[in-house]
Amino acid sequence: MEITADQIIAFVERVAASIKAERDYLTQLDAAIGDADHGLNLDRGFSVVITKLPAVADKDIGSILKTVGMTLVSTVGGASGPLYGTAFLRAGMVIGDRQTIGTINLIGAFESALEGIQSRGKSTRGEKTMIDAIAPGIEAFKAAHFNGVDLLGALEQGLVACEEGMQATIPMLATKGRASYLGERSIGHQDPGATSAYLIAKALVETVRR
Amino acid sequence: MKKLINAPEDVVSEALAGMAAAHADLIRVHADPFLIVRADAPIAGKVGIISGGGSGHEPMHGGFVGRGMLDAACPGHIFTSPVPDQILAAIHAVDAGRGVLQIVKNYTGDVMNFAMAAELAAAEGIQVATVVTDDDVAVENSTWTAGRRGVGITVLLEKIVGAAAEAGADLATLTALAQHVNAEGRSMGMALTACTVPHVGRPGFDLPEDEIELGIGIHGEPGRHRVAMAPAAQIAAMLATPILEDLPFQHGDQVLAFVNGMGGTPLIELYVMYHELNKLLTAQGIHIRRRLIGNYITALDMAGCAFTLLRLDDHLTQLWDAPVLTPALRWGI
Repeated sequence: MEITADQIIAFVERVAASIKAERDYLTQLDAAIGDADHGLNLDRGFSVVITKLPAVADKDIGSILKTVGMTLVSTVGGASGPLYGTAFLRAGMVIGDRQTIGTINLIGAFESALEGIQSRGKSTRGEKTMIDAIAPGIEAFKAAHFNGVDLLGALEQGLVACEEGMQATIPMLATKGRASYLGERSIGHQDPGATSAYLIAKALVETVRR
Repeated sequence: MKKLINAPEDVVSEALAGMAAAHADLIRVHADPFLIVRADAPIAGKVGIISGGGSGHEPMHGGFVGRGMLDAACPGHIFTSPVPDQILAAIHAVDAGRGVLQIVKNYTGDVMNFAMAAELAAAEGIQVATVVTDDDVAVENSTWTAGRRGVGITVLLEKIVGAAAEAGADLATLTALAQHVNAEGRSMGMALTACTVPHVGRPGFDLPEDEIELGIGIHGEPGRHRVAMAPAAQIAAMLATPILEDLPFQHGDQVLAFVNGMGGTPLIELYVMYHELNKLLTAQGIHIRRRLIGNYITALDMAGCAFTLLRLDDHLTQLWDAPVLTPALRWGI
């Protein structure tokens, strides 16, 4: 089983809808430890992304993802614009002109996206960021694949780990981003970036599951 | 929420339209992307000085565009950094061939977006240098945070470096000067109330009537400590002491004292705070050689204030005194 370019378009549309639906929730999470704009900024970015999709609807997966990345960089601002923008750009570069993508290529795309986030954000696991949801998700996805689980099954296992990673940010002390200025008062709140990363992963799994 | 707005999503563009109408002699305002550019930019033979950041801190940065200060400012959405294409457009608008200096406050998003813009400009062969301000002593442990935030020193730095650029200094000299000003300055702020972001519609945090938040930033984010409300003299000491100890400022030092309002505090209270700061510094043998009092780097409608002290020498004092003509700061012309 491989993921098609049409499914990638459907995935991006699903992300946009999910971010819009959860906009106020993301903003509430951000109000607790940041500056209350995470949901608003991502919704603004993905709303513009939606308008760019028709132009790339018949293109390869790399072109679709690069368009998403460029649009996010140009519209979101804050830290999440460069981070998610870089992630989609890197994934698009790895996938290139393919019309379908299997598990091995998906692992390469995920890992390159994560590397992009880490180098742009100068951050690593355990700092209460989106990385704490993304990295365990990729690890579980890889492990499942090498244990012989099929693409959808591996994605499902990755999503479970991603959700656990998101929840694991609650007791963490933030040491990166604006939440770090709260010191110990950042403890007890779920990271908004980890939450939006989970929503994106969930949209991918739901798209493939259909 | 009661605010003098039409719709939350139109606040930034309508405020920019107002600035354009009010200050057409000094600045040009672009709507897409948002840019405020000095009316006569690019200036032949001059290094371009740009800055930017989220909106909601007015008059910073757009109010500081003009002769003797910034060549362009990139306002983002409220409390959200500008995006790389927007910053690149500012670089294009001010580059006269001698390079461009970006002045960036140390916030994760601002640093990343300006870094991406600098990479794009470098790919086009434009010389870009970046100086990141990080003067906020409220951030006690830089190792375990994103580092000290850039706050009040940014205003003083933009004035001083802008004066040196106007006098013809090259990019390397201006970069070194900016780093020097940042290194010689320290700030600390406090809030009496939280601010309300228009699209959120309620205050960013709850602050009881009898408590204040110490060590706040400029984005309505909570501070490091919450303490009981106290008379101005005690609050002044809570702000000044960590500043003085950190550099440290010493007996005999000459300083520029900046008492900044957070946006919702009347000037009469800022002068009470200046009076207290003056007494504190005098008692320690520190001489206030220059001062700035008012709302210059704000957090929307937050009530509260911040102190910034910059150690002055004759050179910095001359640059501070040099003529400036911008919407928010003007003297000597």
